[in-house]
Amino acid sequence: MASRHEVKSPIPGTFYRKPAPEEPPFVEIGDTVAEGDVVALVEVMKSFHQVKADASGTVSGFPLRDGEPVTAGMTIVELD
Amino acid sequence: MRRTLPIKKLAIANRGEIACRVNRAAKDLGLETVQLVSEADTVSLAARLADEVKVIGPPHPVRSYLNANAVLSAARESGADAVHPGYGFLSENAGFADAVERAGLIFVGPSGSTIRLMGDKVAARTQARNAGVPTVPGSDSVITDMDEAMALAESIGFPVMIKASSGGGGRGIRVAENAEELRKLAPQASSEAAAAFGDTGIYIEKLIEKARHIEVQVLGDGLDVVHYFERECSLQRRRQKVWEEAPSAAVCDSVRARLCASAVDLAKSVNYRGAGTVEYLYDDLTGEFYFIEMNTRIQVEHPVTEMICGTDLVVGMIRVCAGEALESTQVEIARNGHAIEVRLNAEDPANNFMPCPGIVSGLRIPRGDGIRFDHMLYDGYAVPPFYDSLLGKLIVWGPDRRRAMARLNSALDRLAIGGLPTTAPLFEALADSADVQANAIHTGWMEKWLEQNTDKLTSQGETTA
Repeated sequence: MASRHEVKSPIPGTFYRKPAPEEPPFVEIGDTVAEGDVVALVEVMKSFHQVKADASGTVSGFPLRDGEPVTAGMTIVELD
Repeated sequence: MRRTLPIKKLAIANRGEIACRVNRAAKDLGLETVQLVSEADTVSLAARLADEVKVIGPPHPVRSYLNANAVLSAARESGADAVHPGYGFLSENAGFADAVERAGLIFVGPSGSTIRLMGDKVAARTQARNAGVPTVPGSDSVITDMDEAMALAESIGFPVMIKASSGGGGRGIRVAENAEELRKLAPQASSEAAAAFGDTGIYIEKLIEKARHIEVQVLGDGLDVVHYFERECSLQRRRQKVWEEAPSAAVCDSVRARLCASAVDLAKSVNYRGAGTVEYLYDDLTGEFYFIEMNTRIQVEHPVTEMICGTDLVVGMIRVCAGEALESTQVEIARNGHAIEVRLNAEDPANNFMPCPGIVSGLRIPRGDGIRFDHMLYDGYAVPPFYDSLLGKLIVWGPDRRRAMARLNSALDRLAIGGLPTTAPLFEALADSADVQANAIHTGWMEKWLEQNTDKLTSQGETTA
């Protein structure tokens, strides 16, 4: 029973898909994530905050590109 | 009669409160200003204050304020003949300073070569020692032999820090309280360094316990250098200053005289031009001070010095960088009273200082004799999340420290920044603390105090949701 879920950024800042520039992304499309898995970083005022999946599912999309600005409440990862 | 400055138009290559501060100094000098902004800062107070605004790139600082090419091209296109870098960003980037000068513009700061020299820890330490400035006693080169380590530790006195020569960020640092510990810990540090960095070399340095952070303000015109006394910045969290004072209530006049003279000696030894700060650790127990580093720019906490010396350091640095001689000789520079600055950051002290951008509302700025508020705020301003959390600085002056503290309390009572949490509750609690009142503090004091006093930091009624 697949249902869509959107992981939203709790804070405004800069969205990153990777833990560090030279490292691979936390998750890719098609990956299965469990609730609590780190899916992104948001940089706010020079400090980095992990964003965790608040549901389990399969990653189906990223509305933002790596390094783009994000506002609080914006969807950063889509799950199916 | 003063010659007219060779600057007509100043480009401000920074943002936030310091951009507003630089704009004010430029206006006092009769200069036109062009504010260089990222796309996120077109609505900033700095942009509102300047005569012109030029966009240099996207919000992220790497693509705007740190992009030397974009900053320099925008400055040139605007017809500016000088660039003020503020603090942070490109202010201590020697390559940028060189590029500005190569482009035929004035860089409001020291030469690229001075920035480069002082930015190199080892070279700066050597320069300081050659100028007769005390440095933290320790090994000047790598130690590989246990006997050498022991002899050195005995000569500088325990406790000592053992550092891996290739380390950094606190990795591989150990503290030995006595010879026995050194004998045990030095080989450990060495083998850990070998495993982590492929290098067995270690350095030994005297551990200055419960040290204060004291720094001296200097201003040079490339030939002569004067000092504007010292500031104390011992209240820190994660090595970030949060509260600064001038003068330091911890040093006596004879120490002050030697401290300030040593800063002038160092700055003179590099023909320093512009405003600079020589930072020291100060050991209360021995009355000794030790050079840490020199910051080759205007600093966040410069207003406390301005308050006790009755000078404008930003105006002063623009003048000397435009080629004028120092306006005051050392004997003409006097200090009067005591000043305190606290940094209002968009952080929630009740929630581990989590940075919290938001929309400013209900702004109320305290005014009156001996009160100054340097800031970037207006009602309805959306504080962007892309930069430092500093919103503004409340600076108070009093005839002595006790009365400056009283004025700080009164000004904090009358300051209101709504719409987002700020560090204001931290300063109310700190001002209440007996240790702060007695100035019985050191650079590690505040983090310990925070562990026991988080309950005092609940914010008083912001977040108008």
